[in-house]
Amino acid sequence: MKTNILKSTVALFAAVYFVAVLTACTSTQAPTATERVTASRAVTVSDAWVKAADKGMSAAFGELHNNSHHAVRVVTAETSASSEVQLHNTIQDDAGNMVMKESVNGFSIPARGKFELEPGGSHIMLMDLKHPLLAGGEVSFTLRFSDGSTRSFTAHVKDFAGAKESYSGHSKNDDSQEHKADN
Amino acid sequence: MCKRVKETRSSVSTRRQFLIGGAAATAGVAATSLGLVSKGDKNADTPKKLNGSAVVPFYGVHQAGIDTDAQAHATFVALDLHKRTDLDALRRMMRILTDDAARMTGAKPALADTEPELAETPARLTATFGFGGGFLDRTPVAKPKWLRALPGFSIDDLRNEYCFGDVFIQIAADDPLTVAHATRMLLKDARGFARLRWSQSGFRRAYGSVASGTTMRNLFGQVDGTRNPRPGSKDFDRVVWSDSGWLEGGTSLVLRRIQMNLDKWDKLDRSGREQAIGRKLSNGAPLTGVNEHDEPDFSAVSRIGFPVIPEFSHVARAHSTNTRQQIFRRSYNYDQAPANDGISDSGLLFASYQADVDAQFVPIQRRLEKMDLLNEWTTPIGSAVFAIPPGCEQGGYIGETLLG
Repeated sequence: MKTNILKSTVALFAAVYFVAVLTACTSTQAPTATERVTASRAVTVSDAWVKAADKGMSAAFGELHNNSHHAVRVVTAETSASSEVQLHNTIQDDAGNMVMKESVNGFSIPARGKFELEPGGSHIMLMDLKHPLLAGGEVSFTLRFSDGSTRSFTAHVKDFAGAKESYSGHSKNDDSQEHKADN
Repeated sequence: MCKRVKETRSSVSTRRQFLIGGAAATAGVAATSLGLVSKGDKNADTPKKLNGSAVVPFYGVHQAGIDTDAQAHATFVALDLHKRTDLDALRRMMRILTDDAARMTGAKPALADTEPELAETPARLTATFGFGGGFLDRTPVAKPKWLRALPGFSIDDLRNEYCFGDVFIQIAADDPLTVAHATRMLLKDARGFARLRWSQSGFRRAYGSVASGTTMRNLFGQVDGTRNPRPGSKDFDRVVWSDSGWLEGGTSLVLRRIQMNLDKWDKLDRSGREQAIGRKLSNGAPLTGVNEHDEPDFSAVSRIGFPVIPEFSHVARAHSTNTRQQIFRRSYNYDQAPANDGISDSGLLFASYQADVDAQFVPIQRRLEKMDLLNEWTTPIGSAVFAIPPGCEQGGYIGETLLG
């Protein structure tokens, strides 16, 4: 009898210890840890817009918000409006010019924070438009995160003449960047 | 497309005049740090709210900027649509312009706003949209009968550059920097669809100079607009808001640029001036009355038998016992750099709102054309008529009742 009770107690302790260890392994740095939320549930996109263009390249902007306790990383973006989509940062090259470059690590949205996509900064680059983007229209995008989840959003198409940047890896002043504000 | 929320028209304006937006908190902090709140003030934790943070709600049954208490500055622009702008393009244009206007009037920058900080001080900004005949021609919907140039009046000396227009926008706020930025943002987004035809800017008293609701004065020195129906009243609703088809909840606008000959006005003595208008210069009271809002007595005669209010005075000629012939005026003064040798190029941007131009505005204008002492010192040099569509709800856009 006593041995059984002892075994049960040990088993109980072990179980409790095991669960505690498991919990410790999956907890975050924050003392009031929550379970890791899938990135698509943590992220919202606001104020999204994309440059109007007849053909060639365009860029999309907006604010990515992360309301979870963990940093979240966007690794790719997709849209039916372009056959190829890249994530771009704007950096200073050796000559001191601001140039766009494809982001190697994607966009990391800090925990309880936001990541800005804006002209002159990081943005989603549409490399080859399948059809004209007309001002006042809408374009759907899908972001894919490092955990495999996805989040879609809609961007408004707007004429935009400012913040021209050259693309390192392509020729400067690509004509498709200088679209006319025509519709 | 959003479902239009049908509201019953009440005698109370559906629009709150002042809402303090989120920027008020920032303004409050700034006010404290600038020492605008004294330490001894027992309300030190509720600092003075700056008018710059005041917001006029954008969404609603009616567009803002008509029953809104007139702001200090206004710019009126008219655009001519490009030939290629078809019905689909009109929808896209109005979606963008609506989104820009809703954001900026709500103290937020428009999307792609290159000067976002200039949108943080709305100062009661409103943006009000209108459509000319050319706009309607691109839709399958028939124009209202009155949506055309006014009939010619003999007193007119109209200049083409202040007439017509397919698209109209009134941008108004208590802060001229706010107006300038909002105007530019809207015009930037419109230029792919339409070309700027004319732009007319005007002003009233600066915010805080006089009590809100005080009848404006024009550059003749006259109290101007005493007989206006009061926004929020049943009279106002009857006079201004249309109940007709896609225009239900909208109205019409007649905008006339009235040039004032101030050099000639100089020559007229005070008594002559009061005779010409029919009202006292001191407070706008009719010549037969004491206070501004006293009813004029057109039958009153002087001891020698002449009407106290001259039959040819402006107020007598504008008056009618036909209650249908009423308008709501929301005018602005203009004062531009003079041309030629003069020292002034000044006048009135006369803006009149009414449900039906032909029934309400034209008969008044005909009487003034035939005889109005004031005609000696004024000349209409611009004239345009627009249909002002109703408001919309969030998710919708201005013009959706017409464009679908």
